[in-house]
Amino acid sequence: MAELRFEAVAKRFGELTAVRELTLTLADGEFLVLLGPTGAGKTTTLRLAAGLERPDSGRVFIGGRDVTDWPPAARDVAFIFQTFSLYPHLDVRDNLAFPLRAPARRLGEAEIRRRVEAVAELLGIADKLANRATQLSGGEMQRVAIGRALVREPRLFLMDEPLSSLDAKLRETLRIELKRIQRDLGATILYVTHDQIEATTMADRIGVLEGGELLQLAPPREVYDRPAEVRVARRLGSPAINLLPAALVPELVSASGVARIGIRPEDITLGTGAFRARVRQIEPLGADTVVLLEFRDTGLHALTTGRDGLQTGQQLALDLARDRLLLFDERGRLLASTGTG
Amino acid sequence: MSARDQARSIVEPAPFSRRLAALVIVVYALVSSIPLAWIVATSFKTPNDAIAYPPKLVFTPSLEGYVNLFTARTRQTPEYLASLPPPETWYEELVRKRNMVITGPSRFAGRYANSLIIGFGSTFFAVLLGTFAAYAFSRFGIPLKEDLLFFILSTRMFPPIAVAIPIYLMYRQLGLTDTQLGMIILYTAVNLSLSVWLLKGFIDEIPKEYEEAAMVDGYSRLQAFRKVVLPQAATGIAATAIFCLIFAWNEYAFALLLTSGLAQTAPPFIPNIIGEGGLDWPAVAAGTTLFLLPVMIFTILLRKHLLRGITFGALRR
Ligand SMILES: Nc1ncnc2c1ncn2[C@@H]1O[C@H](COP(=O)(O)OP(=O)(O)OP(=O)(O)O)[C@@H](O)[C@H]1O
Ligand SMILES: [Mg+2]
Repeated sequence: MAELRFEAVAKRFGELTAVRELTLTLADGEFLVLLGPTGAGKTTTLRLAAGLERPDSGRVFIGGRDVTDWPPAARDVAFIFQTFSLYPHLDVRDNLAFPLRAPARRLGEAEIRRRVEAVAELLGIADKLANRATQLSGGEMQRVAIGRALVREPRLFLMDEPLSSLDAKLRETLRIELKRIQRDLGATILYVTHDQIEATTMADRIGVLEGGELLQLAPPREVYDRPAEVRVARRLGSPAINLLPAALVPELVSASGVARIGIRPEDITLGTGAFRARVRQIEPLGADTVVLLEFRDTGLHALTTGRDGLQTGQQLALDLARDRLLLFDERGRLLASTGTG
Repeated sequence: MSARDQARSIVEPAPFSRRLAALVIVVYALVSSIPLAWIVATSFKTPNDAIAYPPKLVFTPSLEGYVNLFTARTRQTPEYLASLPPPETWYEELVRKRNMVITGPSRFAGRYANSLIIGFGSTFFAVLLGTFAAYAFSRFGIPLKEDLLFFILSTRMFPPIAVAIPIYLMYRQLGLTDTQLGMIILYTAVNLSLSVWLLKGFIDEIPKEYEEAAMVDGYSRLQAFRKVVLPQAATGIAATAIFCLIFAWNEYAFALLLTSGLAQTAPPFIPNIIGEGGLDWPAVAAGTTLFLLPVMIFTILLRKHLLRGITFGALRR
């Protein structure tokens, strides 16, 4: 396993800047998740790391060596693609063995067999080895694709939304499995997703990308509690953070230059407090309930654990956890968070 | 009867229309194989049976056509024939019955070999060069790509024979007339535009992610091309090869113009197999029958790839 480092890497496609001046270091053995909306430049970042795209400027380092001019084969990284994951002309066994048969590696057939079977066992696809790649369910295909990366023991794993095509149950299983494998192998993984649960549960650190720009790079807790900007604050949390204009709640503004105030839905307490609101809509989620409130002519989402017999149209008191407010200036940057984080 | 029994798949045709379709295909296949059957039957007739009217559907098969195709013969007087030792082989005996003796092999075998060498040679090069060119056009940002592709296609916008005179003059200067090499180059050139365009279509259909995956997995671009692109392009390559072979194999006009002896192919040769008192129809039919075989065998051999193409959908998720 090795460290990956981007130094001021930029990539343009014609007029469009897909990645701008990206600088980031992925430590040896770290699980770093890139989170961002569609078109944010996540895939492009992985492709730059793999050598499938050449940066317009900047350098890429793997294990301390400048690999910017190296072809993909020489970089010894494994890539799980967002689409087209398996070779359709090969069966599962040959798909798994494909990287091991590469001229760059030249392993003996016995060793290949051993590794393929070990990985198939690990991923629960041992009984599918003889299937053609086209005769698998989506989840099985995805596990084969992950397996094809795992057999390699590469220096770096690049994973582009590997779980996005799976159903919720399988996604959860594989998520836990992947995290476990990563810990066991001490693998270095750069993982792309736009699923915030995947990001927060698996990542050592999350990098939030938007418009080709790295907005924040920090551990999940910190990204959640102290988002560097409004755009980051919006990216994490479900339901999304409430953003109120400062003028609407002057009593909460504790510093100068505050333009907007962010309040997480779970930081709103219903039933007691100095503020008043009306219940507009109630969405039970199971354990929790999302309540959409009408508060000073704007909407406000609250998340409560209680099932306290709320009714739409009802007037109620509420409290905002003053120690957990996020204050943003007019450019959207975090001024201060009143919380301890 | 439950609703499920009545429900009909919208992609599967109904049994009736399926049977109708099968019937149409069978009728079409029968009608289009009549000339073929006629030629094959004629090749096994005697010259008299071949030109009998009304045509004989039932006849005693004879190999005379094939013997005449492969041999040169002269007519002799019965006295001379009587003076000869008895015939040693079955075909000599057959020829003697017509008051003739075999003087040697005919030129057919040589012409046939020319056809094989030129046909398969030019097909090989057209497909080889076409595959590389199509891959490059499909994957790389080549300057003036669109214009180049149009230019390549434009060589097919007139019948090739329209440039027969310049090519004839050029070939005479270069000493390529009546050589196998000359014909291979010519047919390769004519077929190349077809093969580049056909194969580009097939290669465009193969997602480039497969090669990228292979390259990340430790293969160079050329190795990825061989391991990942070629197997998936097999269908297209097989189809293209068949088209190229059919053109080169059947080509008549250039062969007539540019070859006369050494490098002459079968098409200009077969119709001119003269027997006594006109065309030797069974021999012509025998030549035609043998001429049909290579393309047929080639197509049957590649059929596996052609059919596989249909079920070869990309693996999208
Ligand atoms: N080969 C290309 N040519 C031109 N533009 C491209 C190319 N690849 C990506 N782009 C553009 O670059 C931007 C970033 O693309 P990228 O694929 O990295 O997004 P992403 O974050 O992976 O999005 P998604 O979540 O939808 O996969 C997009 O606007 C995309 O249209
Ligand atoms: Mg992407």
